[in-house]
Amino acid sequence: MAIELLKGNEAIAEAAVRAGVDAYFGYPITPQTELLEYMAKRMPELGRVFLQAESELGAINMVYGAACAGKRAMTSSSSPGVSLMQEGLSYIAAAEVPVVLVDVMRGGPGLGNIAPSQSDYFQMVKSAGHGDFKPIVLAPASVQEAVDIMDLAFDLADKYRTIVTVLLDGTIGQMMEPAELPPMKPRRTAAPGWALTGAADRSKNMILPFRLQVDDLEAYNLQLQQKLALIAHSEVRYHEQMVDDAELIVVGFGTAGRIAQTAVRLARRQGIKAGLFRPITLWPFPERRLSQLADDARGFLVVEMNAGQMVEDVRLAVGGQAPVKFLGRMGGSLPMPDDILAAIVKLDQASTRAQPDAPCTIEGPSMPLKHFVSVN
Amino acid sequence: MTIESYSEAIVADRPKALSKTQSHYCPGCLHGLAHRLIAEVLDELAIRGTTLMVAPVGCAVFASNYFECDSVVAPHGRAPAVATGLKRVSPDKIVFAYQGDGDLASIGTAEIIHAAARGESITVIFINNAVYGMTGGQMAPTSLVGMKTTSSPFGRDVKTMGSPLKMSELIAGIDGATFVSRRSMHNPAEIRKAKKAIRRAFEVQINHQGFSLVELLSNCPTNWQMTPLESLRWIETRMVPVFPLGDLKNAAANNGLKGV
Ligand SMILES: Cc1ncc(C[n+]2csc(CCOP(=O)(O)OP(=O)(O)O)c2C)c(N)n1
Repeated sequence: MAIELLKGNEAIAEAAVRAGVDAYFGYPITPQTELLEYMAKRMPELGRVFLQAESELGAINMVYGAACAGKRAMTSSSSPGVSLMQEGLSYIAAAEVPVVLVDVMRGGPGLGNIAPSQSDYFQMVKSAGHGDFKPIVLAPASVQEAVDIMDLAFDLADKYRTIVTVLLDGTIGQMMEPAELPPMKPRRTAAPGWALTGAADRSKNMILPFRLQVDDLEAYNLQLQQKLALIAHSEVRYHEQMVDDAELIVVGFGTAGRIAQTAVRLARRQGIKAGLFRPITLWPFPERRLSQLADDARGFLVVEMNAGQMVEDVRLAVGGQAPVKFLGRMGGSLPMPDDILAAIVKLDQASTRAQPDAPCTIEGPSMPLKHFVSVN
Repeated sequence: MTIESYSEAIVADRPKALSKTQSHYCPGCLHGLAHRLIAEVLDELAIRGTTLMVAPVGCAVFASNYFECDSVVAPHGRAPAVATGLKRVSPDKIVFAYQGDGDLASIGTAEIIHAAARGESITVIFINNAVYGMTGGQMAPTSLVGMKTTSSPFGRDVKTMGSPLKMSELIAGIDGATFVSRRSMHNPAEIRKAKKAIRRAFEVQINHQGFSLVELLSNCPTNWQMTPLESLRWIETRMVPVFPLGDLKNAAANNGLKGV
């Protein structure tokens, strides 16, 4: 395979095709629409299923149905559309059928705007729907990583019979970058034993998203939690750079993590021992690794394109061992490397291991303070 | 006639597609009868082993327990979308959705209308009992004018609550719908016609002729606060005039090529 210049949404769609997706159901919404449009052309070419649903409610329930038949099924959407899908996600989680959802986040709340944002971290990581469940959440930071993650997403969904969400912002969805696509995987032909394929010569299969008896539902929940514990134990993924001798750790996911990488390099040039930590699985969150890093680090800076969401998980992981500062932009604005650098410099001056709670106000040199969310 | 020459013929038996179990339905409820009619049709058409059912949220949420075929329970109102997903990836299977009137005529209007508009190759059995049974007899879009329910305690007032929604007429008006029929289960003659319509609906799907729906006027003795017999009379005298019986659309019969 060759390296090509690929647009994020289209590359993700083609990567899903090559990972063996059997059916795609979706509804147009910016900044994810190219994914749907690509599938509209590509899936019929290959004799696979594409259907534009009447709404995101329709789309997620079509995905539910197709997944029940034991097929690799996916949908994609963006923030307001994902809100509509949440009832369906909860049923899918309860039914334990494998589904892949690509969520290309945009600015919120409400209709918000169509600019890139990371303000749905809480929605996907903490509360993807009613009831106690968690999807695996994968956060790519480049078109190439998004491509690579699609194959993993389908495999993890099948392996654990769970929802896997690929959570990215409009930047990665819309951006063109050089990336290499994987070869076409053969599609799965045999349906798994639990799938609805007709009870011609076996007893019937029932996929039930409910357990009416109190004891049954608790037992079922315990079993679901065991599965989630296994995922939490086995599927943590992250990327780190220059953390071995780092005194300051900059944490960001997706696009924010990628911009932070530039800032960390700039800080190193100034002699500041900064390192980058970029979670790839937002759930399961790499809390153990962060906690290890907190043994030696003097301070943490979390950079997000929201009002401060993942920072809560970083704080939990760091457990008060070092100060955790936050730099965020909202409404579709991106944090700039210089702004992050300024925050790193501030943190470098203010934080000592001896005073983990020393106050530290963050200001960006190129932007008035009011543009930043600063949680101290 | 001596014992030796006596030969037995079974004239009525439990359909193979109907599970051997007790149902949870209230005494006199017609959900059980609707199940039986569907099961008989699955047997007669020999499609039990290739049929996938989508059960609703509503009193029929346990339908999986009563049919000897594969099944899944959809979120409230979304059965046509779930059935669409199943059918699109399993075109060789027979897929049917079973829905109540709260499910189909209220929360799930978008899903049913668009499944019909796409000419989705599925069959929908629509149980119209003019109330929300499972949640305790609240007003449904199909409740009759003046009907007292737990959420219209003074009767359904057209000025503030609108008039009964006639879904089958609405769906019959959609190009993608091939066969739409409204039948009742209040007496044996109507029950026979209901079964014929159900059979026709499945045949439409088997013959790849498009979307089919059978509405069955049904009862809810518990929430209507009637005896089962009173409830049957109520269907006949009160519901049938509002929801006239018959085939509202039979495009497959008019045009054998519909929905290829
Ligand atoms: C999203 C959602 N809203 C509301 C409910 C509560 N609910 C359960 S069944 C039901 C009504 C069912 O009535 P109908 O579809 O007429 O079927 P019946 O019980 O009469 O057979 C409602 C409102 C639910 N389960 N999910």
